[in-house]
Amino acid sequence: MTSNIRRRLIVVVSGFALFALAVMAWAPTVGSTSISLSRAFDSSIPWSDNVDAQIFFVARLPRVLAGGLIGASLAAAGVVLQAMLRNPLATPFTLGVSAGAALGAMLAIAFGLDVGAMGVSSVPIASFIGSLVAIAIVYWLATSQKRGLSTNVLLLAGVTLNSFFSALILFVQYLADFAESFRTLRWLMGDLDVGSYGPILAALPFIVMAFVVFAALPRTLNLLTMGDDVAAARGVEVIQAQRWAFLSASLATGAAVSLGGPVGFIGIVVPHLVRLMVGSDHRLVLPAATLFGAAFLVLCDLGARTIMAPLEIPVGIITALIGGPFFLWLLVKKS
Amino acid sequence: MWERGLLWADNVSFRYGAGDPLVVDGVTVRVARGGLVGILGPNGSGKTTLLRLLSGTRRPTSGRVFLDTHPLDRLSRRDVARRLAVVPQETELAFEYSALEIVLMGRHPHLGLFTVEGPADIAIAREALAATGTDRVADRAFHTLSGGEKQRVVIAAALAQSARILLLDEPTASLDLGYQLEVSALLQRLNQDRGVTMAISTHDLNLAASICRDLILMRGGRVIAAGPTNDVLTPAHVRTLYDVEADVHVHADTGHLTVVPMRRVAK
Repeated sequence: MTSNIRRRLIVVVSGFALFALAVMAWAPTVGSTSISLSRAFDSSIPWSDNVDAQIFFVARLPRVLAGGLIGASLAAAGVVLQAMLRNPLATPFTLGVSAGAALGAMLAIAFGLDVGAMGVSSVPIASFIGSLVAIAIVYWLATSQKRGLSTNVLLLAGVTLNSFFSALILFVQYLADFAESFRTLRWLMGDLDVGSYGPILAALPFIVMAFVVFAALPRTLNLLTMGDDVAAARGVEVIQAQRWAFLSASLATGAAVSLGGPVGFIGIVVPHLVRLMVGSDHRLVLPAATLFGAAFLVLCDLGARTIMAPLEIPVGIITALIGGPFFLWLLVKKS
Repeated sequence: MWERGLLWADNVSFRYGAGDPLVVDGVTVRVARGGLVGILGPNGSGKTTLLRLLSGTRRPTSGRVFLDTHPLDRLSRRDVARRLAVVPQETELAFEYSALEIVLMGRHPHLGLFTVEGPADIAIAREALAATGTDRVADRAFHTLSGGEKQRVVIAAALAQSARILLLDEPTASLDLGYQLEVSALLQRLNQDRGVTMAISTHDLNLAASICRDLILMRGGRVIAAGPTNDVLTPAHVRTLYDVEADVHVHADTGHLTVVPMRRVAK
């Protein structure tokens, strides 16, 4: 069964890729308003008159693309961090990156910083900067000890930073007026309605950078889960590998959160679901979770758009409603 | 030229943190090519740490380790892993892998950054499983295996590394009598038939006496005695190491030394 890894890799990746592509092709055709695809793609109708095209290309397609990108990033970052920390309960938000991003976004909203650059508004930029600050603090704390990078310190620093930033977020909210408070709360629930392609294009380079590193990691991640000494004895430069894993996963998380807010549970539910399907080998888990994460978030967002249409449910609520019970079921089943 | 051995620690000392006591204190040991060396000593004598220094997963606070005449700290982890494999005392998994997956991880130092194991690597892994008698459990989840099977799979993973040197940290510590014999027979076979050079830390004096040709005796981070097993394994040395009075004699049937502990003596 497992003997031909190359064939298994091809089968698993193409299977998950087909699923993800199918979901992403189907999702923009569905919504609270039914549209005609032939009209949407009919270039003989002037753009300003073509409501179907406007809905498809402006309202839905960017949203689906953002969902795919965010879902893929959070799921992959979850896989990488769980392996690196040797902890199946770690999430992309464990190490404080999302809290930093949230604080950045809160400050931008509360203080009404309305400068934008290259078609991207100030909120995602501020939240991305916030995530970078959080990454820098956690990384500095974890490496300030003599012995390279300590995953224990990384975890403790991340958890502490999370609650510290949460307190600051509440404080900023307390100071903000009612309208701003509502906006910040809405941001925290996660929202894939990015409005245009600009924010997606702005986040893309960082996510691509992270995924280039991810592509080189899987076999090393397998060994890191065996413990530092075993990994080192098998030829892994452990500290260097942990550094790359932490920085790439954090970068992907920061970019994803600044694009769509801290959408919860993707980074933990998707990796575990995928492991149930393909086993623990990270060469299969990482690409499969990436593709499944994209499809999963797009489907959740589809639910968010349509279940109570025309009212929209924040997508973070959908992922948590599915993710929470699923995770509890997983815990009960395992024990 | 003076034969320095395949793996050589030159006056190495080690402490885990600044201000901590030396765990290994001025140790010089040689592991000859094709040798099978046992490292004996009471708990806390520095056996495991010495193995870590020899494998390069820890760097000596002072002194140097040489592998094949190369200073160990000049070689990359990958270069070391191609020459030297380690079998840890215990293997705990955070995720579920099959036995074959564990063994295939041994191929890591031979593969490029984006390379996936090919048929040749899988053949080597299969052969390592066969050599350790674990080919029947190849596709089973590691955590469902018995203690003896686990230990043999971990040894197979080290074999799949295609290294000439194997360092084992108490390879039989958690095994019952049957598996102890099985694993020690396996180690002896690997040494004799394949010429794998080995250093084994162990608490099992009779295991050491039956398979090791040379012994290194450690206490308090220092080497008390080193040399051929028959010269070194004496009642006096057992007493120095463990504060135990023991009877050491040649067993009539097996032909090697047998240690029978008699009583604990005051330090």
